[in-house]
Amino acid sequence: MNKNKPSLKRSFGTALTVVVGIIVFAYGVKVTNVNFETTRSENRLTQLQRVIRALVRPDIIEYETVDTIIEIPFYLPCPEGQEIEVPAADTSQPYLTASEYCGSPGDLIVINGHNFTPHSRGPINFFTASGVKKQLGNFETDGDGNFELEIELPTRQPVEEAQHIQAIARLRVGSPKFTETAKVTWEKIIETVFMALLATAIGTAAAIPISFLAARNLMSENKSPLTTVAFSIVGWPVGIYLGLEIYGLVRDFLSPYTDNALYMVLGILAGTVIIYLLFKAIVKPEETQKMPHAIHTILRLILLFLAVITVIGLMIFLKSILRSAGLALMEHFEFLGFLGNFLFQVGESGYLVIPAVSALSIGGAIGSALGKIGQRISDKSPASVVKIVNLIAMPLATALLFVLVGGALDWFYQINNPVRTLYWPAGIGGAIGFILAVITGPKQPLPTGMAIYFIVRTILNGTRSVEALVMAIVFVIWVGIGPFAGSLALALHTVAALSKLYSEQVESILPGPVEAVQATGANHLQTIVYAIVPQIVSPYISFTMYRWDINVRMSTIIGFVGGGGIGFLLQQNINLLDYRAASVQMLAIAVVVALMDYISSVVRERMV
Amino acid sequence: MLEIKNLTKVYEGGTQALTDVSFSVEPGEFLAIIGLSGSGKSTLLRCINRLVEPTSGQIIWNGQDITAASQDEMLRIRRKIGMIFQHFNLVSRSKVITNVLAGRLGYVNPAMSLLNRFPKSDHEMAIRQLERVSIADQAYKRADELSGGQQQRVGIARAMMQEPDIILADEPVASLDPVLAHSIMQYLETINREDGVMVLCSLHFLDLVHRYADRAIALNKGRLMFDGSPEEIDDEKFKEIYGKEAERIG
Ligand SMILES: Nc1ncnc2c1ncn2[C@@H]1O[C@H](COP(=O)(O)OP(=O)(O)OP(=O)(O)O)[C@@H](O)[C@H]1O
Ligand SMILES: [Mg+2]
Repeated sequence: MNKNKPSLKRSFGTALTVVVGIIVFAYGVKVTNVNFETTRSENRLTQLQRVIRALVRPDIIEYETVDTIIEIPFYLPCPEGQEIEVPAADTSQPYLTASEYCGSPGDLIVINGHNFTPHSRGPINFFTASGVKKQLGNFETDGDGNFELEIELPTRQPVEEAQHIQAIARLRVGSPKFTETAKVTWEKIIETVFMALLATAIGTAAAIPISFLAARNLMSENKSPLTTVAFSIVGWPVGIYLGLEIYGLVRDFLSPYTDNALYMVLGILAGTVIIYLLFKAIVKPEETQKMPHAIHTILRLILLFLAVITVIGLMIFLKSILRSAGLALMEHFEFLGFLGNFLFQVGESGYLVIPAVSALSIGGAIGSALGKIGQRISDKSPASVVKIVNLIAMPLATALLFVLVGGALDWFYQINNPVRTLYWPAGIGGAIGFILAVITGPKQPLPTGMAIYFIVRTILNGTRSVEALVMAIVFVIWVGIGPFAGSLALALHTVAALSKLYSEQVESILPGPVEAVQATGANHLQTIVYAIVPQIVSPYISFTMYRWDINVRMSTIIGFVGGGGIGFLLQQNINLLDYRAASVQMLAIAVVVALMDYISSVVRERMV
Repeated sequence: MLEIKNLTKVYEGGTQALTDVSFSVEPGEFLAIIGLSGSGKSTLLRCINRLVEPTSGQIIWNGQDITAASQDEMLRIRRKIGMIFQHFNLVSRSKVITNVLAGRLGYVNPAMSLLNRFPKSDHEMAIRQLERVSIADQAYKRADELSGGQQQRVGIARAMMQEPDIILADEPVASLDPVLAHSIMQYLETINREDGVMVLCSLHFLDLVHRYADRAIALNKGRLMFDGSPEEIDDEKFKEIYGKEAERIG
């Protein structure tokens, strides 16, 4: 009997759950304006019918039409004592028959049409002997091209001669052709697919390196002492600043030469040769070197620096020559215009890419070089020296970081108050750095890898949670309405999404082979290339295909916010109530998405 | 000469894997490491090439303290220490030859190696090493198409590409049948005898220890319990190493 008690309790619980459930859904119905009354309203049903009928008749194919007049003679009134001749109709052409061929004004007669274009409309006119036209009605043919229409004969002055009843038929001539809508839709769907392709390509290229930074198993091993951390924190921003400055200097130095084809070609040749020579000198295996290690290292650094400058110069020359070649192609060979434009745009992107590459590579180089120096100090010096170095370097590093953050805040909120955006951050940063340097042991390895991992993950999660549509709005403001904005938005979203998928793939690789390759004395990059890459190539490809699939879907609607592609057209036609045109675009989207779905699934199956 | 001095390893979770282990190995010696599962054999071997960071103690090789080496120096040290694993640890999607060439990564020009370019001499050496373990005909197959015994031979070839002074073998035959086990052990023996490479090999079966090792050390719960010739392991020693309930089977 005791057992009833818990079961009573349980029933009560169930009842409560049901009640709560009903309340939740009732509220949901209220806030989402659910109204089934509207679904039955006469007026709306006819509208729905109209739209659906338009949708199932996409405006893809059209015929050239001519208006043809088909007529029969008619006597108003009937001539007395005279037989009316009914002309024999050519039944291979559209023709009319009438229930009567004469009558009095106001009589009702039935006109039948045969062999007309199916589902066509047109007027039925009464054509008087004096050439006056009066419309009697409109016909609409059925699926076989026939119609039947009752008309009332007009009231007119009686005339002896034959007058005419005419049907004006819209007749198809020639072979079917694609409509203007179909053509525009085709152009836009191509644009859409290429938007997706570009976004996927850019996104993938960026996501691969980022995914390594976001993989826990790779990052958790990276530990550095505080000295290394402090030195590289200082190195990065300094390097980025230097990178931008060096770019500016090289650009200004080369600017007199970048509008002359001969100089450009010579510059590119010379640059390539210099880089090749420098590269050979830099990567010479250290066994063949007789110099002491320190001098050798410094020499290599100098060569590397020269190589970086040469690469920047070479990229500037390349950029200019691509732009000029593109322009020339566009001007002189019209049919190669799109190739010319491609070259021009690749060159043009150099204005954005070269400073970025220069800043990041020099930033990275100086960051890691200083980090190495820090590591060396930490490895080789006694703990007390390391402690002192930390006490100086760490406050500097954090102060610099805080000043940069302060600068960013100043830019966002236009504070314009150096006390609050410069001195205070420097002071607070310095203090924090000092405290960190005091509390951490001088040579204690810090989980720098995990710190980077968490930062990258956080940024990725943040970026991923912003819909591509929302990003597109921002990019539309930056680069204007059009497919470029859409591609950038999709690319950014792709980077975030793919980085996460990729990094999870990296996290699931077998650690054994990685360990084995590390044990041979391979460095970080070699380990990645020989032990990790072979394990992740095929999942990476399959994820990329999957992403392309998603990007095609996304790019079909990104036009809604001005991001280019077919969505823009679709939205326009819906707003214009041109449902037959909208139907073409919907059809195109459905076909392309289904096709992509199929292709990507086939490719993925092959790969895995 | 390899000297291990007071080596201690405490894993992050607090597991005491090695406690104050000291011993030394002469050049050209074949040393077996025995002990129950979990006694710290793998940890010991991995400390020597610092795949595992020792907590304290020193590992001194030819006068250099491996535990104090910087990251760059460690790469240089590692390339002279080959390692062979219980589960072979080949990159299964790569070709056999690529797996073998990976043994040269510590020597070759890093930039070129990233482009999968190795000197011709390295290619020839790879084929020679594969011939030595009698699987040169498998060179261009994918590694996962090979049987376990063949894969372990690829592992040996990879280690030999390093022109090693030391080979660390972590239960190299534990996933193989007894016949294959002997053939793999014989390859290690040849390397040890002909090339004079020092071999440190953890083993589970005492008959293999008797048959191949010059000397054996035994670990129990991370402590060194025995250090001497394999013949000295009598029933009493055996119970000390493996516990009171253990029975000899081989
Ligand atoms: N990465 C790790 N993190 C934490 N603890 C570990 C790790 N690797 C091993 N251990 C622990 O250290 C102890 C020694 O392990 P080890 O793998 O060295 O033993 P083993 O003698 O090689 O055993 P087996 O014969 O099973 O391979 C065990 O208690 C194990 O659980
Ligand atoms: Mg083990």
